[in-house]
Amino acid sequence: MVVMTQISIDDVQHLAQLSSLQLDDSEIEGLRNDLSNILNYVQQLGELDTSGVEPTYQVTDLENVWRDDVVDDYGIDRDRLLALAPASDKNQIKVPKVL
Amino acid sequence: MSKISDFLGKSARQNVLEALERAEAKNEYHALLSLTKDRALERADAVDRGEITGRLAGVPFVVKDNFLAYGAPTTAASKILENFNAPLQATAVEKLEAEGAICIGKANLDAFAHGGSTENSAFGPTLNAFDKERVAGGSSGGSAVVTALDIVPFALGSDTGGSIREPASFNGVVGVKPTYGTVSRYGVVAMASSTDVIGCFTTDVADSELVMDIMAGQDKKDMTTLPDFFSPISDVKSGQKIGLIKEFMTDDVDTEVRALTTKYVEKLRTNGHIVEEISLPIVAHTLAMYYIIVPAEVSSNLARYDGIRYGKRSDGAKNLAQLYGMSRDEGFMTENKRRIMIGSYVLSSGFFDAYYLKAQKARTLLINDFNKLFTDYDALIGPVSPTPAFKLGENDSDPIKMYLADVMTVPASLAGLPALSVPAGNTDAGLPVGVQLIGPRRSDAKLLALAKSMEDK
Repeated sequence: MVVMTQISIDDVQHLAQLSSLQLDDSEIEGLRNDLSNILNYVQQLGELDTSGVEPTYQVTDLENVWRDDVVDDYGIDRDRLLALAPASDKNQIKVPKVL
Repeated sequence: MSKISDFLGKSARQNVLEALERAEAKNEYHALLSLTKDRALERADAVDRGEITGRLAGVPFVVKDNFLAYGAPTTAASKILENFNAPLQATAVEKLEAEGAICIGKANLDAFAHGGSTENSAFGPTLNAFDKERVAGGSSGGSAVVTALDIVPFALGSDTGGSIREPASFNGVVGVKPTYGTVSRYGVVAMASSTDVIGCFTTDVADSELVMDIMAGQDKKDMTTLPDFFSPISDVKSGQKIGLIKEFMTDDVDTEVRALTTKYVEKLRTNGHIVEEISLPIVAHTLAMYYIIVPAEVSSNLARYDGIRYGKRSDGAKNLAQLYGMSRDEGFMTENKRRIMIGSYVLSSGFFDAYYLKAQKARTLLINDFNKLFTDYDALIGPVSPTPAFKLGENDSDPIKMYLADVMTVPASLAGLPALSVPAGNTDAGLPVGVQLIGPRRSDAKLLALAKSMEDK
């Protein structure tokens, strides 16, 4: 049985919070509609019998790939990485107050 | 159309200057987001002085703008990375440069490679090389169009669910999506890590073989790369058994796309191969699997864009939560937000088993069905896309309609299989159509040899 998923405005706001997205009010209704449609589309997977089937998480057939436990800076120094930050001070990245 | 060999043994500076001129002359297509002129000329001069040699000495190329490369920002066609200057280069770019190739610019894409038309670029769409009212395809639309317009003989793209194959089909060029793990993804903006692959666009198959031969190989900077296996083979024996996927040849598929696919199938038969209709019914469900698994991985991979360590930070944020939320809201396109939020939904407790786990189990069924077919068949064939290039704006208001364009390309992605898009001819209206050849894992060289043997036949 397929149950239609209805996404509410509250659901959109909850998902936005989980996703660290501070949506503009004008975006919410459109996303509510799109997310409902997408979720209803993907629900057709319910038609497939997957009982007793193992999930596939990756397709390389590789198992743990080890490396030596040595520091590798990948040829990039701290100054170049810090220079990418929008704000920094004394080798640290600056952010607004947390609370 | 130009080939790599047309550029070898010539003045690299001249090659680069002429490619830059062609890029400027074709500016209206908006295939490129930036040109790397200064660095390209410096490298060209080094090639001309004999300081850099190799199989691609002095050959100009373009990379999709989700490859980290020097000489211009790496934007992923997004606002959040608009001014991001990469501190390193992708392994794929480094390997091509080591053979003397010269990157002249960075190609447009759907922001973060989310899309199938290049209309989701934060900097505006790319136009189709054959009809400026139509889409380039996507997400690697810019890379396909620069190749089709002969600006450069090859370009790099990434393919997560069809992002190389579909634009290759829409613009009449060869597009290669290799076996998952063939080419290092180090230095390429991650989208969905279990299906992302790096590949190329060229005007003929032999050039793709050369570019793939250079890029392929295990990289200690990408733990998902496979041990070296790719090596071009000169020819393929006749009598290859090829399965025509009947679910891709139904009435829902454009008549001319079917007719051109059938014509290619006849050509295979004329050349001594055996083509039989086969059924892969699970493909009816692969788009649903894809649009659960990929958004889940997207939501994780795009969590890193937080406005703190790199990328654009919102000016208005008063505290840390606002800094994340506003930087991300301003920096992402609507399609990016849709995918992130769908990912958050399917991964959240209470829904995880019903969506994500279900999709990963269904993925196993798809892989099993492919494996069964490959015990009898050397390769599978079908169209790349249900239609030729669609009109700009035709699908962009309805995400599901846009997703349906991926229906024939996502199966190979979810199973990690190599797949090619090769030109099969044009419609009466002059729009190119590609056919797709799909093979078992690590059969890349054989697929390319098969496609090469069909050229000019």
